[in-house]
Amino acid sequence: MSDKEKNQVEDRTRRTFLRNSGFALGGIVIGGTVGSLLGTTDTKNESNVNTESGAPVANPNVALMFFYPEEYETTMAAAERIFPKNDLGPGAMELNAGIYIDHQLASQWGVNARDYTDGPFYKPEPTQGEQIKVLRKDLFRLGLKGLDNYSNENYQTNFADLEAAEQDEVLTAFEKGEGPSLSGVSTSDFFKLLRQLTIEGIYADPLYGGNKEMLGWQMRKYPGTYMSYVKEIKSDEFVELDQQSLHSHMGHS
Amino acid sequence: MAKKLPKVPVVIAGMGWAGSIIASELTKAGIKTVGLERGKERKMSDYLMVHDELRFQHREELMQDLSKETITSRNNQGMRALPMRHYGTFIVGDGLGGAGSHWNGQTYRFLPYDFEIKSLTEKRYGKNKIKPEYPLQDWGITYDEMEPYYDTFEKMSGISGETVELYGHRSNPYPTGPMLKTPVLEEFEKAAKKLGYNPYMMPSANLSENYTNPDGIARAACQYCAYCENFGCEYGAKADPVVTTIPVAQKTGNLDLRVHSNVTRILNDGTKATGVVYVDTFTGEEFEQPAEVVVLASYVFNNVRLLLNSGLGKPYNPDTGTGVIGKNYCYQVSSGYSTLYYNDREFNLYAGAGALGIEIPEFTGDNFDHTNENFLHGAGVRSTQYGNRPIANNNAPIGTPAWGEEFKNQSIKYANSVLQVKSQGASLPHRNNYLDLDPTYKDAYGMPLLRMTYDYTEQDRQLVKYISKITRAIAEEMGPDHIDTVGEQAPFNVNVDTNTHNTGGVIMGADPKDSAINSYQQMWDAENVFVVGASAFPHNSCFNPTGTLGALSYRAAEGIGRYLKEGGSLV
Ligand SMILES: Cc1cc2nc3c(=O)[nH]c(=O)nc-3n(C[C@H](O)[C@H](O)[C@H](O)COP(=O)(O)OP(=O)(O)OC[C@H]3O[C@@H](n4cnc5c(N)ncnc54)[C@H](O)[C@@H]3O)c2cc1C
Ligand code: SF4
Repeated sequence: MSDKEKNQVEDRTRRTFLRNSGFALGGIVIGGTVGSLLGTTDTKNESNVNTESGAPVANPNVALMFFYPEEYETTMAAAERIFPKNDLGPGAMELNAGIYIDHQLASQWGVNARDYTDGPFYKPEPTQGEQIKVLRKDLFRLGLKGLDNYSNENYQTNFADLEAAEQDEVLTAFEKGEGPSLSGVSTSDFFKLLRQLTIEGIYADPLYGGNKEMLGWQMRKYPGTYMSYVKEIKSDEFVELDQQSLHSHMGHS
Repeated sequence: MAKKLPKVPVVIAGMGWAGSIIASELTKAGIKTVGLERGKERKMSDYLMVHDELRFQHREELMQDLSKETITSRNNQGMRALPMRHYGTFIVGDGLGGAGSHWNGQTYRFLPYDFEIKSLTEKRYGKNKIKPEYPLQDWGITYDEMEPYYDTFEKMSGISGETVELYGHRSNPYPTGPMLKTPVLEEFEKAAKKLGYNPYMMPSANLSENYTNPDGIARAACQYCAYCENFGCEYGAKADPVVTTIPVAQKTGNLDLRVHSNVTRILNDGTKATGVVYVDTFTGEEFEQPAEVVVLASYVFNNVRLLLNSGLGKPYNPDTGTGVIGKNYCYQVSSGYSTLYYNDREFNLYAGAGALGIEIPEFTGDNFDHTNENFLHGAGVRSTQYGNRPIANNNAPIGTPAWGEEFKNQSIKYANSVLQVKSQGASLPHRNNYLDLDPTYKDAYGMPLLRMTYDYTEQDRQLVKYISKITRAIAEEMGPDHIDTVGEQAPFNVNVDTNTHNTGGVIMGADPKDSAINSYQQMWDAENVFVVGASAFPHNSCFNPTGTLGALSYRAAEGIGRYLKEGGSLV
């Protein structure tokens, strides 16, 4: 399929989605989250460049396997406050940390597959590590809902629609464990998860869906993965290398 | 009912460094050996896609699956122990090669002082120097007796290093020269020398040059690829049982290796073992493997747990101080470090190797005077260059917020401009620090989990305070723009502390009253059971443990060979 054909198919698909979702009825402007969500899908996530033609191609990995669209919106908004865009470079949103988080929560890690999950669960002393019965994927979902509930209570609007400074206030409250209990789990535990996932979404290998185009690595001059640094490690000067991901190791076996 | 298999001369539970050394030595001598390993098969080509920080470091791909078993922990007897539900602190090996596949490779010998710590401390400082709540013991072996076994382990694994005057004598130099002294390590070296210390390159199992060992195993030199600690080495440059000892054992045709085989019990009558019971981890099918000799090499935690779950040996009782299984559990202290921030200098910190480092010997063991100090032993003060991977390394001066724009700015600013002067301190036993069985929590096979009762002691806190002044002085001499020093040892936290050096629980000694095994790692209470690993250490030194447990494994292999011929106690 040529790129042109592909784009046409995508346009068709998008039109079908709009029709089926019942939001785009001829001429009516789509507002709110759905509008911005579609906007996001359109522009922010499809700039992978086909090197031969120079034209953007779709990255099929940028799609949701766990979140519902509004949850994705809230996640992106929150992650962006953890790691905001500024002069140094892109923030979590542009780096696709939201997609990364979505995919991780859909993975075996999201259901705590390799954690010890037998009961009983007791409240731990601070030195004993978390004792959380709720699975990561559920805690995250509860946390997103908690962000909205808390925002609505205090600012009469959903988290994603708050000003950045207000979002920071909400996140700070969650970091301290203030705000609603999440089925018995503290908001601070949700915050920890959010922070960890955001950092991972910026710096994990792009194969996991975040760290878009290795721009997370580029910002801090991290080369990614090379087979050897014998030359660089001896150098008195800093040696800046082009970024390489694990993909470059494919086919070595 | 367990399916009963034909009897074999030797069965080993666990195929990490300890189990695989025993297996290679015995099979080379023509002894049929069964190796049982709960985890998966592993080979060097598995490491070709290993440069993945998320999968291997943060999702602990190569480590023990905690959904099957974990430990429970508490700081003291007054607390209820709770399970370590996910990793935070020490990570535990799993699969062929055990932790030897993803270790760093820092390969030390302990000091002559360590093996005779009680006698030498009393000789130098008098009988009252060791307080009664610290059950320090001699090891039942001297450094001179250990030396040939260290030599064998170092030749097998091809350790790269340089001789250190202050340490025990060596019959041979290290088999390969020291690793590259990088500009980062030179910073430490210059400062340490100015202060009058004698820095040396850390002994390393990441080969500084190509090397062929006495078994004919040829390995390539380290590429400083920076995916070393927590990862397997695709070059075989890092010594790993999968590359060194296991192929040697397999080549003899005498090793019957069974993976996905989890040992749950040692069959015994209290004075002798008749074999082990193990479970196929996929099917749940149970097998009984009878054997002349049972070797436990299932790491500190399961060595203790298997004995307790099998009713073998006398469990330690912290109230009376009697019994030995679970006694003298030790760890290490790693606070007291200084972090250095440079505003205008960048180093190639993305490059590195697991055992690339430089260290001073002056504050180890009893190499400095403790007359006026409230602690014994000491710490290795060191700088390392492992390769700073970006998820794990987001350093910013203390006081920087943990998220948001300032966090982003500072962590990126210092990504290539942060160094550390670290310390690794000895851990001495305390009568309240021990291992026993958890009364509540069980593993996937229905066996009780191991319970750890542990906290840092006054000895640890004093040691950290003292050492933090040394790391601070070296850091200042290195001249960065900003230094943060952690000068206090916080309570033990199972999700925070990051040292992987657990020791003790089945300790060696000269007397069955206060030790579980003799210097051949043979159990006093059951002469055909050998318990091998860092569980044998009566205390933990200020060095990484594997050189010492490797040496002891060679000695145990020699002992097992003798036992099969002669029977009886080996000492
Ligand atoms: C990230 C990391 C870095 C490290 N770096 C260093 C270092 O630089 N220097 C150093 O000296 N040490 C280091 N260590 C410690 C070092 O790896 C260990 O001391 C050493 O590998 C222990 O060897 P072992 O054979 O006693 O135990 P292990 O390697 O743990 O092997 C035990 C084996 O037994 C198996 N087993 C356990 N229970 C059972 C059972 N019930 N049935 C069947 N099989 C079982 C396990 O799956 C495992 O394969 C490091 C450890 C880690 C985790
Ligand atoms: S740093 Fe060296 S020894 Fe370690 S994995 Fe890379 S090449 Fe192997």
